[in-house]
Amino acid sequence: MTTFTPTTSDETLSTVAWAVEQQSPLEILGHGSKRGIGRPLQTEHTLDMSKLTHVTLYEPAELVLSAKAGTPLAEIEKLLAENGQQLAFEPMDYGPLLGGEPGKGTIGGVLAANLSGPRRLKAGAARDHILGINVVSGRGEAFKSGGRVVKNVTGYDMSKLMANSWGTLAVFTDVTFKVLPAAETEVTLAIRGLLDDAAVAAMAVAVGSSAEVSSAAHLPERIAARVADGALGSDAATLLRVEGFGPSVAYRITALKKLLGGAGPLQEIAGEVSQVIWRDVRDVRPFADFSEKPVWRVSMTPSQGHHMVLALRMQAAVSAFYDWQGGLVWLRMEEGDPQDALLRGLLRKHGGGHATLVRAAPAHCAALPVFEPQTPALAALSQRLKQEFDPKNILNPGRMA
Amino acid sequence: MSGLAMPKPDDATMRRRDEIVADMRIIVPGEGVVDAANSMRAFESDGLTAYRQLPLVVVLPQTVAQVSRVLKYCNDRNIRVVPRGSGTSLSGGALPLEDAVLLVMSRFNRILEIDFSNRVVVAQPGVTNLGITTAVEQEGFYYAPDPSSQIACSIGGNVAENSGGVHCLKYGLTANNVLGIEMVLMNGEVVRLGGSHLDAEGYDLLGVMTGSEGLLGVVTEVTVRILRKPETARALLIGFPTSEQGGQCVADIIGAGIIPGGMEMMDRPAIHAAEDFVHAGYPLDLEALLIVELDGPGVEVDHLIGVVEAIAYKNGSTTCRISQSEQERLSFWAGRKAAFPAVGRISPDYYCMDGTIPRKELPRVLAGMRELSEKYGLGVANVFHAGDGNLHPLILYDANVPGELDKAESFGADILRLCVKVGGVLTGEHGVGVEKRDLMPEMFNQIDLDQQMRVKCAFDPNHLLNPGKVFPQLRRCAELGRMHISGGKLPFPDIPRF
Ligand SMILES: Cc1cc2nc3c(=O)[nH]c(=O)nc-3n(C[C@H](O)[C@H](O)[C@H](O)COP(=O)(O)OP(=O)(O)OC[C@H]3O[C@@H](n4cnc5c(N)ncnc54)[C@H](O)[C@@H]3O)c2cc1C
Repeated sequence: MTTFTPTTSDETLSTVAWAVEQQSPLEILGHGSKRGIGRPLQTEHTLDMSKLTHVTLYEPAELVLSAKAGTPLAEIEKLLAENGQQLAFEPMDYGPLLGGEPGKGTIGGVLAANLSGPRRLKAGAARDHILGINVVSGRGEAFKSGGRVVKNVTGYDMSKLMANSWGTLAVFTDVTFKVLPAAETEVTLAIRGLLDDAAVAAMAVAVGSSAEVSSAAHLPERIAARVADGALGSDAATLLRVEGFGPSVAYRITALKKLLGGAGPLQEIAGEVSQVIWRDVRDVRPFADFSEKPVWRVSMTPSQGHHMVLALRMQAAVSAFYDWQGGLVWLRMEEGDPQDALLRGLLRKHGGGHATLVRAAPAHCAALPVFEPQTPALAALSQRLKQEFDPKNILNPGRMA
Repeated sequence: MSGLAMPKPDDATMRRRDEIVADMRIIVPGEGVVDAANSMRAFESDGLTAYRQLPLVVVLPQTVAQVSRVLKYCNDRNIRVVPRGSGTSLSGGALPLEDAVLLVMSRFNRILEIDFSNRVVVAQPGVTNLGITTAVEQEGFYYAPDPSSQIACSIGGNVAENSGGVHCLKYGLTANNVLGIEMVLMNGEVVRLGGSHLDAEGYDLLGVMTGSEGLLGVVTEVTVRILRKPETARALLIGFPTSEQGGQCVADIIGAGIIPGGMEMMDRPAIHAAEDFVHAGYPLDLEALLIVELDGPGVEVDHLIGVVEAIAYKNGSTTCRISQSEQERLSFWAGRKAAFPAVGRISPDYYCMDGTIPRKELPRVLAGMRELSEKYGLGVANVFHAGDGNLHPLILYDANVPGELDKAESFGADILRLCVKVGGVLTGEHGVGVEKRDLMPEMFNQIDLDQQMRVKCAFDPNHLLNPGKVFPQLRRCAELGRMHISGGKLPFPDIPRF
C-alpha cells in the first residue's frame, strides 16, 4: 500500500505510467471529500493529488483562471471573492452530508464530479464553465484539450468528457475555468406554507418570468427549519433567489411579488441570511445528520419531481426537498433501505432522469449501482470510451460500475 | 480544390453505386433518394463554397428507423456517410465525398414538444434555429444562441458545430443550451443522452457530441432550453480613434461586473463597408466601433447604460450614441448584421476566418493582421465578438485572379497561427471541418490529437462517418489501441511516498 503524492505534472505522469506498466490500479484522491460516493475501491496504491497545487493564471479582466488540479477550491473561491468574482456554477460541498469537514475539496474534484449548486438552473454546472484541461490518461499519456478562451470549437470538447468521469478516464493535472463577476446584490423571496404541488407550480411561474430567478428551491415543512440555523422557522418555504445590480433586484423582487401574491404569504430575505440559506440548500444541510441513512440525488424533469416523491411515499418513509425548480430532488430514506429498484422504477415512470446514491452504508454502496444504470447501447459506448482511455483499468477501477 | 487531400474514394463502393442507390430506395422510399447529378448539384458544397464535390448519392430520411437502417447498412458494407443539415457550415463540415452517402436531415423538420413550465422544446434536427424561437415567441420565450445564419441553419447543425451568436456572451453557446439529444451511431444503435433534466448520467457524452462536426453520430432529436425574453434591450454605439481604446473599453465593462447581452466590434474597413451598404449612420472617422447591448428590466438597462457610457468616455470615445427607441437599436445593429454581405460588395470574394484570442491581445493581433495584409497584398476587414474574443477577419480576394484563393488561404492560415501564438484557438464557432483540418497541429501535438481520435474510435471505429474532416490524418483505431509503455520505472526517489 503506497500513497504517491506528486507535486508536479511530470511526477503525476511518471506515477501513472509506472502504475500502467505494473498493471497496478490507483485510487485517485484530492482531499477525499467525495470519497464516499461511488463503489468503494480496493486498490493497492493511492494517487494523492492534494500537493499539486497553485493558481497558475488568473486574469480577472479576461474572466479566466487556471490552477493545478489539487488546488483547494476554498483557496480559489477566496481569491475570486477578493476580486469581486466567482465560479458562477456554485460548486456544492459534500463534506457536511458525508460526515466530513466542510470547506474541503480540490478544483480537480469539482470537475471530476461535475459539481454545481442552486444556480445550476441559470448558470450551468462545472461542465459549462471548464475551458481547458491537462490530464494524464490511463495509458500513461499526458495530453491537453481546450484552451483559455470561452469561444472554442477546435477539436472535440474533451474537457466535458472528463466532467463527471470520477477519475475513471484520466487524472487531471491542470484545469482552466471561466469565472464571472459576483452579483452585487442578492435577495430571496420566500413563499411560505405551500404544499409540494403548489410550490412546484409557483416555481415554474417564477422561473419562467422575466424576473431572472437564479435559483428556485422548495423546503417542505420542518425541513425548512434545518437551514441557516433555523432562521426560516419550520413552515414550508419556497425560495426564489434574485441576483444582480441593486435597482434591478429591487424591481424584479417587486415584479415577483405581484406575480405570486396570491400563492401564499411572502417573505423577503436579504444579505447574509439569504446567502447562508442558499449555501445550506446547496450543501444538503437538512440531511447532514452524521447518519448513514441513504441519501439520493435525483435529477429529473422539474414538473415531475414531486409526483415521483408522492408515489415513493406510498411505499417507503422518505424525507425530500427540491432544488432546480423541482428538478433536483434530495431524498433521505428514513428506514435505512435505499429502495433502489423502487426509486429507479418510479423515476423511469416519471419522465426519466438519473438517481445517484450519494450516501449509504458501505455495504449498500458496494452492492448497488450507485450511479444510474444505462441502456445497453449507452453502457457499451461508455465502456468503449473507458477502454480507449484506460484499457488496463488502472484509474479508480469499478468506481462508476 | 486548392491542395486539400480528401480520403481516397473506395473503388468497391464506387463500383457498387447502382446497387447502393437501389438499396437506399428500399430503406427510404418515395422522394428521399436523389442520384441524378443535376439534382445532386444543390448539395455539392456548404457555406465554404470554394470546395465542391458531388456525393455518391443523396439520401433524405424521414424517420429515426430509416437513419438507423441507412447507417447500419453503410457500416456493414464499409460505405462512408456525410451528415448534412442546412449546409451553411463555413468550414466545409458538410462537404460531400465522392464515395459517400450524403445524409441530409432537412426532412426532420417538426417541433415535437413545447413545454413552457419546464422551459424546454423538443425539436427534430432539421428545424431551423429561428424556427424554435418562432414557435415559442408568442408566449414571450426564445432560444438564446443566435448564429447570424439562424433563418437557415438547422438545430442539428448547431449541435454538431456548437454554434454561437451575438447573445452567447451572456446566455452561453449551443452546448450550454442543449439539454438532450437522440442520436444514431454508425452501427445503427439509437442512443439518448440527457432530456428535460439537467446533467448527464455517467460521462458527459452530450458535451462531447456538441461540436463533434458530424463525426461521432447523427443527431435525430434535440431538446433545448428556452428562456423568457428580456423586458427591454437598448444599445450603445461607441466609436474610438484606436483599437486599443476600444479593447480597453471592453475590458473595463467586464471589469465593472457587467456582462452585456451582446458586445460587438468592427474595424475601419468593416465600418466603411457596412455604412456604404446599409447607411446605418455609422460615424466613419474611427478605428473601432463598438456596439454594446444591454438587456433585462428597464431599470437595470438604464442603470447599466449610464455605467457603460462613463467607461466609454474614460477610454476616450469620440462618439457615444444611446438608442432611444427600438428602431434606433435595430439601426445600430443593421450595419453589423449586414457586415458580411457589405464586405461582399467591396470585393469579388471574401474568406471568413474565425479565430479566438484572449481579449487583451486584440491590438497585437490587429497589428499583426495589418502586416500580413501588406505581405499578401490582400485587404482584410474585421468584425469581432468583442466580449468573448472571437474574431472574424474577412479576407478580400478575387477568385478569378489565378492564385488569389491560395493567397487568401495562406493569409487566413497565418492569422490563425497568430491567434494560437497569443494564447487563442483556431476556431471559435465555425468548426474545423476541412478548412482548418491541416492547421490542427498548430494547436495540438500528436498525443493530443491521438486522444481525440480515440473518442472517434469509441463511436465509429471504422472511420466511416464524415471522414476527411477535423483530423489532419486519421490513424487506424487498432493502431491507436496498442499500448506503448515507455520507461515505466517506479518514479522514485523524487516522489514522496508514504
Ligand atoms: C451567412 C452565415 C452566417 C453564419 N453565422 C454564424 C454565426 O454567427 N455563428 C456560428 O456559430 N455559425 C455561423 N455560421 C455557420 C453555420 O451556420 C453554423 O455552423 C450552423 O450551425 C450549421 O448548421 P447547418 O444546419 O447548416 O449544418 P451543415 O452545414 O449542414 O453541417 C455542419 C456540420 O454539422 C454536421 N451535421 C449537420 N446536421 C447534423 C446532424 N443532424 N447530426 C450530425 N451531424 C450533423 C455536418 O456533417 C457538418 O459537419 C454562419 C454561416 C453562414 C453561411
